[in-house]
Amino acid sequence: MDVITLSRLQFAITTIYHYLFIPISLGLSILVAILSTIYLKNGNMAYKRLAKLFGKLFIVSFAMGVVTGIVQEFHFGMNWSEYSRFMGDIFGAPLALEALTAFFLESVFLGVWIFGENRLPKKIHCLSIWLVAFGSNLSSYWILVANSFMQHPVGYVINNGRAEMTNFLALLTNPYVYGQFAHVLTSGITTAGILVVSVSAYKLLCGENVEIFKKGIKIGAIYAVIGLFAVMGTGHLHTQYIGHNQPMKLASMEALWNNADPAPFTLYATIDTKKQKNTNVIEVPYALSFMLNNKPSGEVKGIKALQLQDQKKYGYYNYIPNVELLFWSFRIMLGLGMLMLAMMLITLYLVWKKRLSEYNTRWLRLLVWSIVLPFITNTVGWYIAEGGRQPWMVEGLQKVADAVSQNITSTEVWISLIGFTVVYALLAVAAIFVSVRIIKKDVTAEEGGGL
Amino acid sequence: MDLQLVWFILIVVLFTGFFFLEGFDYGVGILLPFAAKNDIERRMFINSIGPVWDGNEVWMITAGGAMFAAFPHVYATMFSMFYMALFLMLLGLIVRGVAFEFRGQYNSSSWRSLWDYMIFIGSILPAFLWGVAVTNLMKGFMINSDKIYMGTFWDLLSIYTIIGGITFALVFAFHGVTYLSLKLDKKSVVMPRLRLVGTCLGGTAAIFYLICMAFTYTNTDMYKSSLSLGLMLFAAIVFVLAVIARRQNSCGWAFIGSSLAIALTTAGVFVGLFPRILISTMNPAWSLTITNASSSPYTLSIMTVAAVIFVPIVLIYQIWVYWIFRKRITAKDLEY
Repeated sequence: MDVITLSRLQFAITTIYHYLFIPISLGLSILVAILSTIYLKNGNMAYKRLAKLFGKLFIVSFAMGVVTGIVQEFHFGMNWSEYSRFMGDIFGAPLALEALTAFFLESVFLGVWIFGENRLPKKIHCLSIWLVAFGSNLSSYWILVANSFMQHPVGYVINNGRAEMTNFLALLTNPYVYGQFAHVLTSGITTAGILVVSVSAYKLLCGENVEIFKKGIKIGAIYAVIGLFAVMGTGHLHTQYIGHNQPMKLASMEALWNNADPAPFTLYATIDTKKQKNTNVIEVPYALSFMLNNKPSGEVKGIKALQLQDQKKYGYYNYIPNVELLFWSFRIMLGLGMLMLAMMLITLYLVWKKRLSEYNTRWLRLLVWSIVLPFITNTVGWYIAEGGRQPWMVEGLQKVADAVSQNITSTEVWISLIGFTVVYALLAVAAIFVSVRIIKKDVTAEEGGGL
Repeated sequence: MDLQLVWFILIVVLFTGFFFLEGFDYGVGILLPFAAKNDIERRMFINSIGPVWDGNEVWMITAGGAMFAAFPHVYATMFSMFYMALFLMLLGLIVRGVAFEFRGQYNSSSWRSLWDYMIFIGSILPAFLWGVAVTNLMKGFMINSDKIYMGTFWDLLSIYTIIGGITFALVFAFHGVTYLSLKLDKKSVVMPRLRLVGTCLGGTAAIFYLICMAFTYTNTDMYKSSLSLGLMLFAAIVFVLAVIARRQNSCGWAFIGSSLAIALTTAGVFVGLFPRILISTMNPAWSLTITNASSSPYTLSIMTVAAVIFVPIVLIYQIWVYWIFRKRITAKDLEY
């Protein structure tokens, strides 16, 4: 394999792995802060114990997120140095600002929160976890500002063969970043909510501290439902935006080869990318047009037309991303989103009817396993965002093939690729082991101060 | 003042802060398996940096981000040039970062000693590699007219740069000893041991520092700047004084000395490089300087405003955290 393919593979593996932990950190930090605040207000030990247990799980995911995040920052210089040269003027600023405004905040105050319980007034201790939560989520905003430029460049000129920033405010208010940030934030809330439900269900199955974990399930499910409604809403608006600004991404997500008006939403199809057509199609008429335009009509451009249009604009090249993967990723994302919503609503119904108890083992077991759903959904979601912009590194400005470092060899990338993959795999085992230990411990067993 | 110069100075400040803070942090990690004999002592060591190491590490991330934003060509050339070295450093930082959080979660001696060694590897490897990197920076690289590195990984390793690596690891280890001397319970049994370790380590580090300085004379053009030479000589003298102070049990002075030595050396290196950041050995005109490698004036001015606002804020709360956790650590208040 050549350096480009290997570098792409390495970036994909490290990013996907990184993003297994980020949504937990984003959503769980807020939830732990909320739990700590409730405890501060009413002094009910149940909330303190929940905050402690999920605080520990948060620390594990935070640590994993940080160490894999450093790899991401270095990647741009190591494997994608031509991208860094071309884009440094624009891309470096949000990264530096992330470190300066958010990363310091979360790292420093996480230390305060972990070690400061017996040394600080309760209110300051609680404030520190809020600062961590704020920092984590602000951090994701900066990263998404950088990513949004790659999806939809704004506020720049091309000068001396590189992109130069002309309007910083335009970068911060890139319409793409609103949709993406809202979607990421709410998917974090969803992921954390389902994690809390899953762990609480496990503890109920063990018959341990039933009263505490009944509360846990309720809080987790409410949090997840709020997250799910918001994630679907923001996802819908974001898709409309993509439909108008990244038509190739949208057409590929839909495997829509020819222009259509009105366009149907395809539920199932056998996609033939060579012949550029679909067979065995099951579709809902008008639905895609309706999704994009809020009315059952309106033309949606097909892949073939967009390919011709791009060739006219940017020269002879294949501008079609991996249609089959995008098509199915989108359907998995939508399908699992609805499945999660259904499961959480049923759980809330059971809680409301007081029919959810430790004896309800079948449903509880399902809830324990529901934890895999948000992770799959998050992963395919990012695949759609990043896979859908191929072959562009920066939409319309730089192709992935032109972004790779000039002086690295495929042997070097092979070594790092294998190295990262092996270490990440070992870390996954260790992180799961540690998390299971944390979950299995009796939450009422008091240990010395700290967390 | 010229914004490119402002950012050069800011990056020097970030690296100075990074080497000063992560210096003792790495030092504690390097000493962990050897200077601490049992689990209680090791937990005391780890707790001495527990609340702050994460924040310290952000200095490096910020320095990297600032380099990307202010001098993108330097970031691109340097990071792709150091590909293998950075890969190894990242592996070190990965295992180190998780080790602090994983170690205490399972009560088994083999589990804990596994992560103790990960902390050790994750501390000594980056410390050594930073030394290799800094000596390479002074020596220069085969950079062509397109700002692209033409050498290989092996060209980055020479007797000089390896001595640089060893020197950094030793200096950081001594810096760690001086930090621990201030942070651990005065009555602890570790204290006399730290004195002995400090003398041996510090003495060896001082010898390596001087050898490294001599090699810098033969391998680089740093001393063409008499300010650079002056700073590094001053650093060497201060370092020797710090070792003596540690031997005399003047722990406060020893820490001030090791901190000052690190700051002066960092400043000396950058003064010697100025106005270059990456030296081309193929043709001096192909070197990456603060003018030909920088971002646009617009980006630099935006970044300057951000730095003026946020750097003081970050400094204030980080100092506040050191203040909260200022108490010496005794075996009694070990927390997990």
